[in-house]
Parts: sequence; C-alpha cells; structure tokens
Amino acid sequence: MVGTGIARELSRYDVRVVLVEKRADVAFGTTKANTALVHAGYDAEPGTWKARLNVRGNALYPKVCAELGVSYKNTGSLVVALAEEQTVHLHELRARGETNGVPGLEVIPRERVLAIEPGVSPSVAAALWAPTGGITSPWELAIAYAENAVANGVELLLSSPVIGIDMRGGRAVSVRCPGVVIYTQFVVNAAGIWADDIERMINRDDFEITPRRGEYYLFDRRVGHLVSRPLFPVPSQATKGIVVAPTVDGNLIAGPNALLVGDKGDLATTAAGLAEVIDGARKLVPGLPVRESITNFAGLRAVAVPVGDFVIGASPGVPNFVNAAGIQSPGLTAAPAIAEAVRDILADAGLVLVEKPTFNPVRERPTRFSELGRDEQSALIEKNPLWGHIICRCETVTEAEIVEALHRPVPCTTLDGVKFRTRAGAGRCQGGFCGPRVVDIIHRELDTPMEHVTKKGGGSYILSGPSKGPLLEQAACRCLADAGCNAARDDGPDDGQVCGRAGAEDVGEGVGRGDHGNLGEQDVCRIETREREEVGGHAHGRV
Amino acid sequence: MSRETSELTCIVCPVGCRLRATIEDRQLVEVQGNSCKRGAAYALDELCAPKRTVTSTVRVKGGFLPLVPVRTREPIPKDKIAQVLLDIANIKMDAPIHIHQVVAADVAGTGIDVIASRSMSRVNAPRAE
Amino acid sequence: MRTVECDIAVVGAGPAGLAAAARAKQCGAGRVILMDRDRELGGILNQCIHNGFGLQLLSEELTGPEYAEHFISEARDAGVETMLDTMVLEVTQSRQIVAVNRHEGLMRIDAKAIVLAMGARERNRGGVIIPGMRPAGVFTAGAAQRYVNMEGYMPGKRIVVLGSGDIGLIMARRLTWEGAKVEAVLEILPFPSGLTRNIVQCLNDQGIPLYLSHTVVDIHGEERVEGVTVARVDGNLRPIPGTEWDIECDTLLLSVGLIPENELTRDVGGELDPVTGGPVVTDEMETSTPGIFACGNVVHIHDLVDNVTREAWTAGEGAARLVAGQQPGDDTVRTRAGDGIRYVVPHVLHLDNLASRDVRLFMRATRPAERVQVEAVVGGEVVFSKSERVVRPAEMVMLTIPQGKVSPVEAGLNRAGLNKVSPDCADGGSQPELVVRITSRDRGTGAEGGEKA
Repeated sequence: MVGTGIARELSRYDVRVVLVEKRADVAFGTTKANTALVHAGYDAEPGTWKARLNVRGNALYPKVCAELGVSYKNTGSLVVALAEEQTVHLHELRARGETNGVPGLEVIPRERVLAIEPGVSPSVAAALWAPTGGITSPWELAIAYAENAVANGVELLLSSPVIGIDMRGGRAVSVRCPGVVIYTQFVVNAAGIWADDIERMINRDDFEITPRRGEYYLFDRRVGHLVSRPLFPVPSQATKGIVVAPTVDGNLIAGPNALLVGDKGDLATTAAGLAEVIDGARKLVPGLPVRESITNFAGLRAVAVPVGDFVIGASPGVPNFVNAAGIQSPGLTAAPAIAEAVRDILADAGLVLVEKPTFNPVRERPTRFSELGRDEQSALIEKNPLWGHIICRCETVTEAEIVEALHRPVPCTTLDGVKFRTRAGAGRCQGGFCGPRVVDIIHRELDTPMEHVTKKGGGSYILSGPSKGPLLEQAACRCLADAGCNAARDDGPDDGQVCGRAGAEDVGEGVGRGDHGNLGEQDVCRIETREREEVGGHAHGRV
Repeated sequence: MSRETSELTCIVCPVGCRLRATIEDRQLVEVQGNSCKRGAAYALDELCAPKRTVTSTVRVKGGFLPLVPVRTREPIPKDKIAQVLLDIANIKMDAPIHIHQVVAADVAGTGIDVIASRSMSRVNAPRAE
Repeated sequence: MRTVECDIAVVGAGPAGLAAAARAKQCGAGRVILMDRDRELGGILNQCIHNGFGLQLLSEELTGPEYAEHFISEARDAGVETMLDTMVLEVTQSRQIVAVNRHEGLMRIDAKAIVLAMGARERNRGGVIIPGMRPAGVFTAGAAQRYVNMEGYMPGKRIVVLGSGDIGLIMARRLTWEGAKVEAVLEILPFPSGLTRNIVQCLNDQGIPLYLSHTVVDIHGEERVEGVTVARVDGNLRPIPGTEWDIECDTLLLSVGLIPENELTRDVGGELDPVTGGPVVTDEMETSTPGIFACGNVVHIHDLVDNVTREAWTAGEGAARLVAGQQPGDDTVRTRAGDGIRYVVPHVLHLDNLASRDVRLFMRATRPAERVQVEAVVGGEVVFSKSERVVRPAEMVMLTIPQGKVSPVEAGLNRAGLNKVSPDCADGGSQPELVVRITSRDRGTGAEGGEKA
C-alpha cells in the first residue's frame, strides 16, 4: 500500500520511477491481511506522524478511491464502552481526536448505539461515534495505485527482492536485485516488515522492525448484516483491540489480536489466538456465529522499535534515502498522506518536481458482473460470451473478468492475484469449486504449464506434476517420450520461470532533470539487466 | 500343508463382520464371526486368492476431456494391481471412445481386460448430445 | 432476456437431477428442462471413477461415470431437455429462474415446478479451523479428485488426509495408485466416518495407517506445505497437549464433511433443517415453498448413490403430480428424530400418501449400535419397525413404512396443513408426530451368532 501509493504520487511528476517488489504481486505483504479500516484518527498521540497522517489520509480517501475506482464506504465507526467505567476513556479519545483535528466526534448514549447497531452487546454503556471512519479494500487500493502508477509511466519490477544498495560519497547510488542494477538518485524504503533489513544495506541502524501478528476471522456474507460499521472496544495501551467490522464486499471481519513474533515469516494462526479473537469479538457482538466463518488468517504489522511512531524521513546518515517504515496501524488510512509526505521530503532532498501534463489520475474500476444489473450483464455477454461463463459460483465471477485481470498493466500471475482482483475464490467455498478452473485459465492465458501455476508466487505451486508421473518414471517403456506429461499442453519445466525470491521490498527512485550524478546525459535513471539465472526445474524451493 | 488362521473384516455388506478364518491347502477349514454364508466365501477368496477391481484413468488424444476413466472388467488378483497400473500408465487412446471399449486386453496377463468406464466424444462434443 | 417456459425445471444434473428429470417425464410431465453448470451431464459422478455405485438398484458395482451414463441414457430416452454450461443465478418464490450461459446469455425460465438438485460442497479449512501457516498444498479431497481424475494432475507427492470420510479414503487409494505416497489418514472421532469396505480396500490394502481420535493441529510451510503436526484428541475432540507429533508431507487433503449447497434454497426463503443443513421437505420431496422440490445431497448428505436416485424419483414424481394438479391432501404428520436418531428425512408426511403407498424414510443413527430395532412411533404406539444387525452414523438407514400402516384415526390425527405444522414439540401433545427411534433388541436372549469387533 505504502510503496504503491508513493509511486503513484510521484507519477504525477516528470520523474522516472521504478517500483521494486520482492513478491510476485503487489499487496502481498501486510496490505492483504489487515482489518481494512479507514480510521477516524482519535487513537494516535497528538503531534506524531500517525496522528497527522491518519487525519489527512482519512480526508483524502473518498477522492482517492473515487479516482482509482476502489471500494470505500464512509460507514462511520464506534468505540463501544461495555461498562460504565469505560465511558471515561471515550471522552479521552474524543478529546484526543479533537486535538488531532478529527471532525464530528461525539459520545453517544446506549440507546442510540443500540438503535443503530442492534447486534451490539446489551451491556453497552455508551460509544464514541466517529463519522469519518470507514472501510475499504486494501488490496484493491494497492493494485489500483500500482496500475495508475504504471499507466502514468512508473516501471514495476515484481519478484525482485533487493539484495544490495551501493553507496558512494555518503549517498545511495544503485539498488541491486537478482539480474538487475538500478542506478538511481533517490531511494524510498517502503519495505514493510523488512524495512530495517533494507536500511542496514546503507549501513544505518536507526530502527528495528518487530512484526506484530494479528489473527482474523472472516465470516460469510450471509451474516454481514450483523454490524453496519466498525465496532471497536475501548483500546488498550498497545493496541486498538479486537474489532468487529463489515467489509466492503459484505462479509464480516473480526480481529486482530496482537502478538509480537520473532520470525518475519510467521504468519501462522494459532488455536489460542483464534480463540482470543472470537472471545473479544463476542464481547462486542454476542451473537457472532463462529460456524459461519469461511476462513481465518494472520497478518503482520511492522512496528518500529524503539520509535513506536511511523518512521518517515530522510535517513540521518544518507540524505537521498527516505524511509517510510514502521507503518503499522493507522498505516492503511495514512497511506495517501504518507505519499504526500514522502513526496515533500524528496523535494526537500533535492528531487525536482515538475507536474506532468499527461498525468491521468483516473483508473477505471474493472467491471464486475456481480455489480451490474441484468440489462448491463446481457449487453456484455452479447459482446463477449466469456461474460456468460460463471467461474466462481460463490461470488458470481465470470471468465471474462478473470481473463481481463490476467492482462492488466500490473501483471497478475497467481491464484491469489486473481482472487484479489476479481473475488474469485474469496467466497464461502474458498476456491474449492473455482480453484481448478482458475488454474486452468491462468495456464491457458499466460501459457504457463499447469504445475507452474502458484498460489502466491515463489514456491507456492498448486500441482506437483502430471498424474502418473511417478508411475511413468518407473515404467521402462519406449512410449515414455510421447506418453507422459500431457504432451499436448505441457512444455516441461524449462520455460524460463521467474527466479529470485526472498529478500526485501524496496522502491527505487528516478531523479529529476539536472542532477545526473554518474549517469550519462540522456539517462536519468538507468536499469541494467544482466542475464537472469534460470532456476532449474520446477520452482519449488524457497530461496 | 500348513494351516493358517487370519483375522479380517468382511466387506460384502455394510455390517462388516470381523472374521477369524483358518485356511489349509487353499480350503476353508474354519471360519468364525460371519453372520452369513457370503462371509465364509469372502474369507476363502480373500485369504487364498484376493481380488480387486482396479479403477484408474488413461490419457486421451483429441477427446472432450484429457482423461478417460477405466476399470478392470472384473476383479483381478490383488498382487497384480501394481503391474496393471504400470501397464496402463503409458496408454494414450484416441477419441471417440465407446463405453466399455477395451483399453488394454488381458492386462498384466490376468486374462481380464481394462475397459473404458464412459464414452468420450471428440473435442467440443459432450457425450450428452 | 429470453424467457423459456416449461413444466419442470431441474437444477443440477448429477445423479439426483438426472433421476428426478427422467422420472418426471416418465410420469407424464410435459416439458422438463435439466440444467447444469458443467459442460456435460453427470455432476459429481464424472469425477468419481471408483466403483461401488449401483449395487442396490442395478445389481452391479459400477463406477461413477458408468452409473451416470445409465441415467443419462434414461433421461435422454424419456425426452428430458438439457441446458449445459448454465449457471442458475436466482430462483424466486414464483418459480422463476434466472440463468446464464455463454451462448444464450441471460435467460429466464418460468416453471410450474422446480426441483433443486445442486448437491453439496465440501467443508474446507475455514470450516474446521486448523491453525498454522497458509501455504499452497491444502486441498479438499474433492478438489484434488477433480485435478487427478478430470485434468490429469497430481496435487502433491506426499499426502496426509484429514478425515476418514469416503472421499478422503477413496482419494488415499487413488493417489497411491497414481504414484504418490499417502503418509496417514487422521480421523477426529473414535470411529471411521466412511464405509468399512473403503477402510479395507483404500487403507488396509495400501498399508496406509489410520489414526482414530487424531486431528491436525498445525500446518507448516510458508509457500507450500512442508508438514503437519497432529495430535490425539480427548472425549471432547480437543487436542491433548503433549501428544503432538509431526508428519512430513507436501499436501494436506481435507475430507471433513459435505455441506448441502443451499444458496438458492435460502434465496427462496425455504425453511432449512439445522441438523441436515438442507431444506425441510415433505414425502413428495417438496420444500416449504410451494412448487419447489429438492432431492439428493442438497437435502441431506447421502452415502449411497442408489438412495439419491430413489429420493430423486420421489421428487420427480412429486413435481409431476403437482403439474398435473394431483397433489395429496393437506393433512400431514411431522416426523421427528427420537432416541438414537440424528435426523429423519422427509420431515412431513401426507396422510393420503401413508394410506395409499409405501412411504420411505431416510435417517442416520447418532452412534454405532448393534442388534437394534428401528421403530416408527405415532401417539406412543409402534406402528412399524424393522431390525438391523448393525447401524452406524456413516451408513444411512432406510425405513419404508408400508402402505396403510399409519392410520389417521388410530393416531388421533386431525387436520393440519403443511404450513401450519409447528416445529418439534417434545411433549408430542397437540401436534401429530411420527417419531423414529432406535431401541436395542437385546433382552437377555441367546446370542445370534458371530462376535463383533
């Protein structure tokens, strides 16, 4: 979210921008696993980056989402006091919110809460009503940011972990990924939970990122009506608490709990954590039916230690290296404002910003069959029969949408990528029915062998190989050559799969005119591509 | 010859009697636990000459689907299963295929054919039409 | 939108839909349209390439596709029209269907009667809550079955199966026969969920260990499954700390239950039975929405396809009778699951039917039991019973009440229409009820021969 937002912001200007992402798609980190809330902004300590950027980001959301065709609902939100003695905290939050510039905050009495949220616990004493609170789709926004950035000239490198940053004269001069060297004038570090690893590459150690894991339950759309807006408990020192909220797609989400974890890959849900989420959620909404849960998952928040706040600014030691790190909650809300702030910091650091007359802020929302009326649906089918072929039953997603998602400006090559763009696989059967069909469509549209289609890139292959593979290996038979491997369609494992995973996220920056450094006269930012190493055979292993 | 007693679960009907059977010279000497004659017959078969129907798939060229399901026409000796599976692994049939068409005759020397479990028309023509 | 009119529209062309459509035509219905979202008829049977189908109805042990082909021929011969590659989007209470396919776009189908035969979907990881990482390599058994049997691809090389339901057992053997290594099958209950013959032929034959009272408590692997942690469970099905052990594998197959696929039923506002997960139905297989019938896995999860066909015949007949204006009178009795019975289908019986024909009840036992009587009780009197050597929750029990066994006068029944029958009353007082229960036959008499394990 943060990186794509910054890239899109910079694409307004005559600046060459390279957006580098270690994973196979954008939004595959923290962005895809959070509560999807647009916070009002009363939580953060006044004067912090969090406070400032939350409120500013919240104000930007309606326009950004409208421009980019992203779902956003201004539902308002409630902090619910479940006992009289908690009410004092509501007033504290209101006061803090007002200091932060949050409009419209009001402590409302029990009767009003129950009137607008009949599902809330009967022990509700009062609630803080925040009319600017809302919900959005975080991956939709990140993808939209990335698509708009690319449409406006940003170069996107996926599956490209940053493995080193070269310095000269106290400045970062190039960023290295496997097979690629990016010569650049500025570097922006929006690497999420790996931001400290990236920082270490410029020999700085200003902060450490400790991942804080939060577990979630997602509930069937059938019970999405149980709440109309995000419900928060009275927050603790560390965390906003376990929330129950609707999603923009009509589901219900509950979570997160909060546990610091040692391993940046630790996305495991736990029995205890999930139980904690249900307990906490049931305090707010006693009628929450666990049996209607369709999935559960965990997300990691990047907590900057010892700072506690967002780490936004040029590195004290390396003036052309700008951090946008430690973006835990309210990071999603703040993202549009973080983009502005980083732009300004870059300008202060010497980046010349000349607006591009060709910049187009609009990215059309991809058409969704399920969002159309019958007449519009009929018209589409007339033009392209694939609109009449439903692939995902649960979310009513057609083949046309999936094909389209596979050919958009930001490459989509994975099952999860299709899910985040089209909703196929996000419904109650969680891809049980449509999974094999989507895999087949990816195989066909991207000319990828079936066993190379992955869930989320890297070694997350879905199928291990053609059936009878092991049997055929055993069979000594002259027919082996043409019999095996579904010959008509499979090309075997030598079709140049993308390599190079693991490592860290980064944003490479172009430079304005006039500051060439070591670059040639025409190039303001040069990318050199070495021959990529082929990863032999099946992309199974993890790097 | 030697006399051997074994325990096994009968699968002829859903009851699933737990049998205790003694075999000598490929004859059923004694059986306990069965509640019907079929159980005794099953015990003899299962202990002396166990058989299984093998079901699998075979690749198809030019067919509506890439695979056609197949089965042994009758149960084959259990110890031949691995060979049967290996033998059919290499087969690629051309569509159209008729249900019960022979896929592999006398598979693995069992005297029993492997046959197609369904008809399969050529590409773009499901069997229903 | 094109509008099509017909007498009966059947949604789903698996074994239930095929039999219902054919029977409806055979009973004289005019235009019967059979719809399916897949490219061909047969439904789930197309991927069930193992044998064991049709033992009761066809006296043969056919594979799924063979069973399908038999009933596809029947449907074709009976003059059933088909609409393939067609997804039903909506069903209304006034029996209008909105459906869509590539060739005709959106269509409206107006039917005098509808038979819902959409089958079931599999319970997945979200439905059983297995903590751990979320790598690729976790499949429901049915999804893996589709890959292996229809597309020709293996889900993995080293497999662990959670759940000893039939689909999991069948896939354990299937994957072994395709060259994979199945490391273990785990079952959370103390007894297997699937048929005994499958335990023997799928697990014992292949030397695959079955661990009862075990479950998966953790999944490892960031991108692809690398292993699972399993643990023994206690009497409350909770993992027992300290009993955990790891199994290395690259694939976890979930065979943890089927859920009747009732989105369309809910859309119509039909009353659902919380125990079966399917609609409340009469002995005509009609739901609480007039003119909308249901049969097969969409009503309750079956284990023998023969019973699906039987039930579908009843639905086809019921739909045809409605179209012909020949439905039975309004007087009904509600069934109820008594001791030892988990649920009974159908939920509502017509007195006219009880008087004029055999009425078939399907039910499941709550726990395994031997030497029992399955009894139908009305007004405290056993009106019919049959003995069973053994009952198991995994094996559906059928009780066919002979024509005339339940007489209205005897049972003190009075006029009560379907819609007026209220839910279960335990006191059995004012509402007419037929309770089905299981009682032990053992009264201290001599053994009937044969020890049981």
